[in-house]
Amino acid sequence: MGKSPPDDRHNDRLRASYKPSQSPSRSAGSLPGRRDVVLGATAAVGALLVRPSPAFITSAHAAVPMVLQTEEVAPGVFVARGVHAVMSGDNGGHIANLAFVVGRERVAVIDTGGSFKVGMALLEAIRTRTSLPVGVVINTHMHPDHVLGNAAFEGSPSAGSKSAAPGSTGPAVEFIAHQKMARGLSARADRYLEHNGAAIGAGFEGTRVVLPTRTVDTAAEVDLGGRTLLLQAHATAHTDNDLTIRDLETNTLFAGDLLFSGHIPTIDGSLRGWLKVLDQLVKQPVARVVPGHGPASMTWPDAVEPQRRYFEMLTNNIRGLIKQGRSLEDALYAAARDNLVGWELSQEYHKRNVAVAFAELEWE
Amino acid sequence: MALQTLSRLMCGALAAAALVSVAPMASANDDDVWPALRSELFGNRPIVEQSTLFTVDAPYRADDAAIVPITVKLPASAGDVRKLTLVVEKNPAPMAASFTFGAAAATGERVIQTRLRFDMYSNLRAVVELADGSLHMTTRFVKAAGGCSAPALKDADEALALIGKSHIKDVAALDSGAGGSTAARIGQVMVRHPNYSGMQMNQLTGLYIPAKFVTAMTVQRGADTVFDLEAGISLSEDPNIRFTYLAAGGASLSVTTTDSDGRVFKAATPPAGS
Repeated sequence: MGKSPPDDRHNDRLRASYKPSQSPSRSAGSLPGRRDVVLGATAAVGALLVRPSPAFITSAHAAVPMVLQTEEVAPGVFVARGVHAVMSGDNGGHIANLAFVVGRERVAVIDTGGSFKVGMALLEAIRTRTSLPVGVVINTHMHPDHVLGNAAFEGSPSAGSKSAAPGSTGPAVEFIAHQKMARGLSARADRYLEHNGAAIGAGFEGTRVVLPTRTVDTAAEVDLGGRTLLLQAHATAHTDNDLTIRDLETNTLFAGDLLFSGHIPTIDGSLRGWLKVLDQLVKQPVARVVPGHGPASMTWPDAVEPQRRYFEMLTNNIRGLIKQGRSLEDALYAAARDNLVGWELSQEYHKRNVAVAFAELEWE
Repeated sequence: MALQTLSRLMCGALAAAALVSVAPMASANDDDVWPALRSELFGNRPIVEQSTLFTVDAPYRADDAAIVPITVKLPASAGDVRKLTLVVEKNPAPMAASFTFGAAAATGERVIQTRLRFDMYSNLRAVVELADGSLHMTTRFVKAAGGCSAPALKDADEALALIGKSHIKDVAALDSGAGGSTAARIGQVMVRHPNYSGMQMNQLTGLYIPAKFVTAMTVQRGADTVFDLEAGISLSEDPNIRFTYLAAGGASLSVTTTDSDGRVFKAATPPAGS
């Protein structure tokens, strides 16, 4: 696990370059720069990726406050369930499960939601449960519904505010992720901001990408003061940057999107790799698991069975078609007959999974 | 060369304006990019539009913009097809693939299947050139977005580690029903290649990932050419082409692929009897 040395001066300069108040004045007619604020090469880790808000932020929708309900699934472990939907103005980007763990000295946030607003609502929810500062924000992987609320936690932990007050003292909040997460998110950041901004609309105001300041190669520990989280980086599965978290005090596993329940899984990494990672994860004798999408808490390892059956169906069907010399088109056509009972959003994601899995399995 | 020029011209709004200025026939409608493209690719040669000579299958709404499957069927009745060009009209480099058929291409029904990227909702133009020089076009509209600038790579390390790994294989007899050529078979070529479009930005460095893609491919049966392919960045990552060819004894299939860095990758089926 590598920890990059903080370069406060550099980060301060980057922060200073972000002037939220300027965003609304951006003329609707001006040519939006594809790259927006481009960071220097030295900003590698810990950089802010800044994107001016779209010009529609004055809509009333932006003013509607968002309140996240959290459930205490184990002592000091809280989960805010996301709805099973694609991002929209209605859900404001709260479509993934978000969590926080309260230690004796500080709080760890696990995933921050699909917009700055969701991140702020999560921070409010934390404030109703504890007055301890947020010391670390952990992202389970690069996907926008898990990382785009990060900016809400930037700055001084004791202030817990959205932006660093110039001259603020004390340690900065650490943003922790898989070693490959920054690369994956960086390459996709423009698209994520553009697409999710369009889907959410005015409620997307203030959203920007905040990359990890500390990365995990294989495993790491996070000390919350008398409470330890065990972080584990995985080989390519749901994405090439999946990280799981285990709270040793309650033996709770935060699986991120390595576990879907109810919401159909989406493959953005490797189907075979995912099955392999699951084989390792099921051996972990944990008391409960928090899926990335699904109930706030489930029993382990049986929670994974429906997902495993789905993957086995995909693998068997597609291998069979490849063996018969059939094409990707044939596989997509055949996918219409697959049994998807129990999976929400299968219209949106099943055929894409088939395409991705086919492109992977035909190289076996 | 013209295709390379076109790629560069189509990158960015200013360049697009320049293209229009040298193509006086271009429509005033900004959305209608076809007149300028057509002029660049085919000059002022007449094109039979909405051709019924052949069919193109493409999903109206693609499941993954980075892997949009395309099937072109050229029935025996289409005549002597020399060339097939696929153009994704709204892509930054619209010319996706241009196949020139050789002596070993099937004589009856001919099928080409491949996978393309779509950067936004776009027409797909398939243009066939017959031996008499006539051009025939079929158009399909595809709803898909984000295939060029979004990194399709599911595993960036693996994509570079395996670059150039190639497979070519005989898949099956072509099932074209009664009247099909009995010797026509389906082959498939697969090449591991990230096919970086040059439009993916690494925001860690603020730099665009340099374009690195498959530019050309030749598939042969023995010493005879099945097809020569000239390709652009609109071809999906890990280029994948299914084609029909005429089997001849035990002659093996081989493929030679060249990428934009000048690297050459080769693969062949085992010789008969091995």
